[in-house]
Amino acid sequence: MTETGAQLASWQSCVIADIVQQTPGIKSFFFWPQRPFVHIAGQHVDVRLTAPDGYTAMRSYSIASSAIASPTLELAIERLPDGEVSAFFHDVAEVGDEIEIRGPLGGHFLWPQPAMDPVLLIGAGSGLVPLMAMIRQRRAWAQDVPTALLLSARTAQDVLFSGELLETEASDPAFVLSLAITRETPARASDFARRIDSAMIKDVVARLPQKPEHVFVCGSNGFVNIATDGALLAGLDRSVIKTERYGG
Amino acid sequence: MVTRGFTGRGSGGDTAKRVPPGQHLVDNFPVLTAGPTPTVETADWKFTVKVGPKPHKTWNWAEFNALPKTQMTADIHCVTAWSKLNTRWEGVLIEDILADAGLERPTDFVLAHCYDNYSTNVPLADLLSGKAMVALTYDGKPLERDHGGPARLLVPHLYLWKSAKWVNALQFTTRDEPGFWEGHGYHIYGDPWREQRYTND
Repeated sequence: MTETGAQLASWQSCVIADIVQQTPGIKSFFFWPQRPFVHIAGQHVDVRLTAPDGYTAMRSYSIASSAIASPTLELAIERLPDGEVSAFFHDVAEVGDEIEIRGPLGGHFLWPQPAMDPVLLIGAGSGLVPLMAMIRQRRAWAQDVPTALLLSARTAQDVLFSGELLETEASDPAFVLSLAITRETPARASDFARRIDSAMIKDVVARLPQKPEHVFVCGSNGFVNIATDGALLAGLDRSVIKTERYGG
Repeated sequence: MVTRGFTGRGSGGDTAKRVPPGQHLVDNFPVLTAGPTPTVETADWKFTVKVGPKPHKTWNWAEFNALPKTQMTADIHCVTAWSKLNTRWEGVLIEDILADAGLERPTDFVLAHCYDNYSTNVPLADLLSGKAMVALTYDGKPLERDHGGPARLLVPHLYLWKSAKWVNALQFTTRDEPGFWEGHGYHIYGDPWREQRYTND
């Protein structure tokens, strides 16, 4: 297991190069780091905002981009109802602003290297972000390791990166996309119209050629508990499941 | 570097001195865990103190609950930057566990082990003098599964990843051996007041 620069990561100023509204609640922010770094898909950065009186606010955000595929660093930030930092990004931040970022960080929730055995990704809402970095890294390296994504969202328009996901599925026979749409009827017959449960995870596992050897789950704590309990009931081994839960 | 347009909500008033650098206060109790949440029944629960590889003493749930209990109110600080003030716990102080095991200071370092194979290292000095406990209740109620129930280590003066959930053993080691996160880029000691988040901080 590599430590991937966690020891070396120091704060640096990054300029916002672009801002894109991705879903009603999520915007992507693209940054130019002063000192570019290469991260492994699944890693995060810490972001620090400083007020004129010296007060600072720090949060961790997963990286959405793949280091090889994108020259900028992409963070997809969901606006939280009472968010201090997410509200700043959604309401105040503009292209050209400088933001302090430290990374890449995290040495556990990482796309496997080498990637040989089937991978199952399970996410909800902005929990897709580190999983998307994995999908993008796999694609940028032209890897053909069988990979399934089970993604939960309220409606089709809440599906982050939906165009890119559908396009990846259409062009890559080793990538399977399954959506669990909880508040409307999904458009595709292969998708599910309910919350994630163990039967659904079993169905998605059956869409892979073999049982997954790596399972990555990301979302709120409640979602992650439901998804991991479901994965265990579906017969997946505890030791292959890695989780990332939103913090405070 | 001042961030354009950011004022922040500040940590405010009397509590500001209790919030370490880079942290913000929360009222809820976020949950962060690297894998599936284990289910541990008290009927199956066991807790062991080991010296090196050798088990020294093991307690079942009833035996452990018969040890002297202590209440602790503490501020807790997670490396993901949230802090929570005045959290109320009850459990067994580490010195009371060691006294019952007839151990004083076999070595200077401890590695805590858990039901989910998590581990974390803490110097013995940081576990003694009323600084740390194996907590059995939170806010007057049995510890919830999400927060490490039935029992977790509580070392509130260090970042919360040191307060290992679902703890089932304390192992004395001759040197300071990195645990799970300490081996994945996080700081070997983890003092929130010195912002020891990652390895070279």
